[in-house]
Amino acid sequence: MKFGSLILANLLRKKIRLLLTIGSFAVALFLFAFLGVVRDAFNRGADVAGADRLVIINRTSIINPIPLSYRDKILHIPGVKYITHNNWFGGVYKDEKNFFPQFVIDPENQRQVFPEFSVPEDQWNTFVKDREGAIVGERTMERFHWKVGDRIPIKTTLYGGGSWEFNIDGVYRGKRAQDDETQFWFQWDYFEERIPDRLKGNIGWYVLRVDNPEQSPRIAKTIDEEFANSPYETKTETESAFAAGWVKQFGNIRFLIVTIGSVVFFTLLLVTGNTMAISVRERTSELAVLKAIGFSDRSVLFFILGEALVIALIGGLLGLLLATLAIPVLATALNGMLPNLILSPALLAFGLLTALLVGIASGILPGIGAMRMRVVHALRRV
Amino acid sequence: MLAKLFFGLLITIAAVLALLLILTVIGGIIAGLLAPFVGSVPISYNFHSVRARWTSTIVAILGIAGTVGVFVAMLSLARGFRATLVASGSPGNALVMRAGATSEMMGGITLDSVKVMQDAPGIARDESGPLVTQEVVGVVPFPLVSTGTDANVQVRGVSPNVLRIRTFAKITQGRMFAPGVSELVVGKNASRTYSGLTVGNTITFGGGRWQVVGVFDSGGSSFDSEVWCDAHILNQVLKRPDNIFQSATVHLASPDSFQHFKDAVTSDPRMNVDVVREIDYYAKQSTTMTRLITILGGLVAAIMAVGAVFGALNTMYSAVAERGREIATMRAIGFSTWNVILSFLFEALLISFVAGIVGCLAVLPLNGLTTNTMNFQTFSNLAFAFKITFDLLLMGVLFALVMGVLGGLLPAIRAAFRPVAVSLREL
Repeated sequence: MKFGSLILANLLRKKIRLLLTIGSFAVALFLFAFLGVVRDAFNRGADVAGADRLVIINRTSIINPIPLSYRDKILHIPGVKYITHNNWFGGVYKDEKNFFPQFVIDPENQRQVFPEFSVPEDQWNTFVKDREGAIVGERTMERFHWKVGDRIPIKTTLYGGGSWEFNIDGVYRGKRAQDDETQFWFQWDYFEERIPDRLKGNIGWYVLRVDNPEQSPRIAKTIDEEFANSPYETKTETESAFAAGWVKQFGNIRFLIVTIGSVVFFTLLLVTGNTMAISVRERTSELAVLKAIGFSDRSVLFFILGEALVIALIGGLLGLLLATLAIPVLATALNGMLPNLILSPALLAFGLLTALLVGIASGILPGIGAMRMRVVHALRRV
Repeated sequence: MLAKLFFGLLITIAAVLALLLILTVIGGIIAGLLAPFVGSVPISYNFHSVRARWTSTIVAILGIAGTVGVFVAMLSLARGFRATLVASGSPGNALVMRAGATSEMMGGITLDSVKVMQDAPGIARDESGPLVTQEVVGVVPFPLVSTGTDANVQVRGVSPNVLRIRTFAKITQGRMFAPGVSELVVGKNASRTYSGLTVGNTITFGGGRWQVVGVFDSGGSSFDSEVWCDAHILNQVLKRPDNIFQSATVHLASPDSFQHFKDAVTSDPRMNVDVVREIDYYAKQSTTMTRLITILGGLVAAIMAVGAVFGALNTMYSAVAERGREIATMRAIGFSTWNVILSFLFEALLISFVAGIVGCLAVLPLNGLTTNTMNFQTFSNLAFAFKITFDLLLMGVLFALVMGVLGGLLPAIRAAFRPVAVSLREL
């Protein structure tokens, strides 16, 4: 970098301007990372879906039950490997604001269908033996400062009502960063025992794993045909299609975020482009002198692009660093309102790349102007 | 102890700084706005200089306008969501649910309770009898017109006299459903949002065939996203017990008789129910989503504001730097430091005011645009509109002025205190 010191000297000529431009970049990249993380959080369902998993819900309505007796019939369909069932409990811990999902699980098959959740073996064994036991995701444990061994009450108005007490026997963790660690699981047997008779024998939905994901469409069709015209018709989808449908119901979050993101980048481009243009304009005579003493047109362009790129790089890195530090704090502050906020390396890389592109774009017009500038005219101007 | 003291001190300092900043901003806005009257630098100078540096000016305007636009749009989204749900409640109605239930979905009241309620004091009556609608809600998937994928629609089984209880709902097309028959009336938003929900069409769900016989308009409330039918038929279809409902809505003799009705019903040992004003119930339902939108929108606008202030600062500093000679000349011919500061502040406010207006105008077409989202409390889809009100626009312009002062004050002071002789000698 034999011209490095020249670029550096030019950058430091107006320190306030340099700081402000770097600041604009940092803010834009910070916002970029933040919006990206929120978008990912809303789309999370599709990332966590297992390719070989199918979800079976009641065709009439997602809140209507399916009989437990369907289980064996489904298991007999060729290609089905494991099946488990869940119910939505919808209880409240102390206050409505403390929302977290509670699922009734079937301990026998839960771990075969959801291998991404790991529970220490000894904790799982305690849970299986404890009728009132519960396994809780790590994020929820932290949120309410629960410890293994605590006994906690959960109020419900469904299922006969009342306050149900649970012993926390263990904690589960997701194997991947995007796995949902907020769920609360408890035993089907306990659930079935306490609910009113008229509700017994019904599950909320089935989740099953198939031998070969390519067979999923055929299996889904077979299942739905099997129960067509029964009192409880089913709707079987791959887990990712189910999650994607769910996400779509939130409305067009992606559109909103992309719109805001483009407004920000357009503004950033204008600000930096304008700053570069001003700084080139101020230096017209200097650049002319450089050319007069023998620097090529290309190297003048290179100086200006170099300056723009250095600003973009520093500003971009700064913004992403800020985001890396701030997003965990935000995630804690927003706990319970949004799924996990995770800043992925891909997002960081994409952000930096965009910053550099904006840097080049902002430097290119003034740079070309300077490159084409006629030395005589420029020197005559002042 | 020491750590506590340290934090206390830190918070105090931060609070004092914040207060000073707020005072400076308010002072700056007032001073800048008064500049044409108290300052002696003619304002035509500012107009000329803004025009002479039009590229920088446009950049600053767009930066601030973008921020204001996002700010107003986010707030109007939150407002619209809240307004839709609040409009669903009427102060003259009371909602009765099982004690402890936080949403209708969790309710459960027996036909016996409903009968007891019908004789309670404070309830309105007409020739058909007491005005009570006992209701069941179901969540049924229908394909969206926009994407073709299913979204959950709230299907509400109601009593045939529902229109006399929810008096704000009117049938705008077709007719009301007939009692005891598989007929549906659909809300005007639902009719637009989902395919197949038009008058004359027959649709199937829950193993039954339903005839769509009418469309109703409930004045922009959340009912517009619902489908209504006879509660008894819906109970059969959803395979629920025939004599259990999820909630009952009562039309009160007058809004004041609420307490009277509530006391009578909640103290009756035959029932275990909660009574809330319908309007309070829906306002509470909107809090989760409103809070989420407001917090996210506020964060985004705050971050963007920092960026816009940087842009404005850059523009104003460049302006000051380019105008070194002009400023020095002004000072040399007798304008005071104070006058120069005022003049620059005025210029910054001028730019940001225009930007604020541009930002507001840019998002104004969003007003009334409907969009859908999931209502967390009912797991069903809800249509609502952006609601841009005059006070939101005012807030947007004010926000722009704050950014203008923050971006213009330091450069203005710097401009005023440059030594005259040095600046004149430059270049």
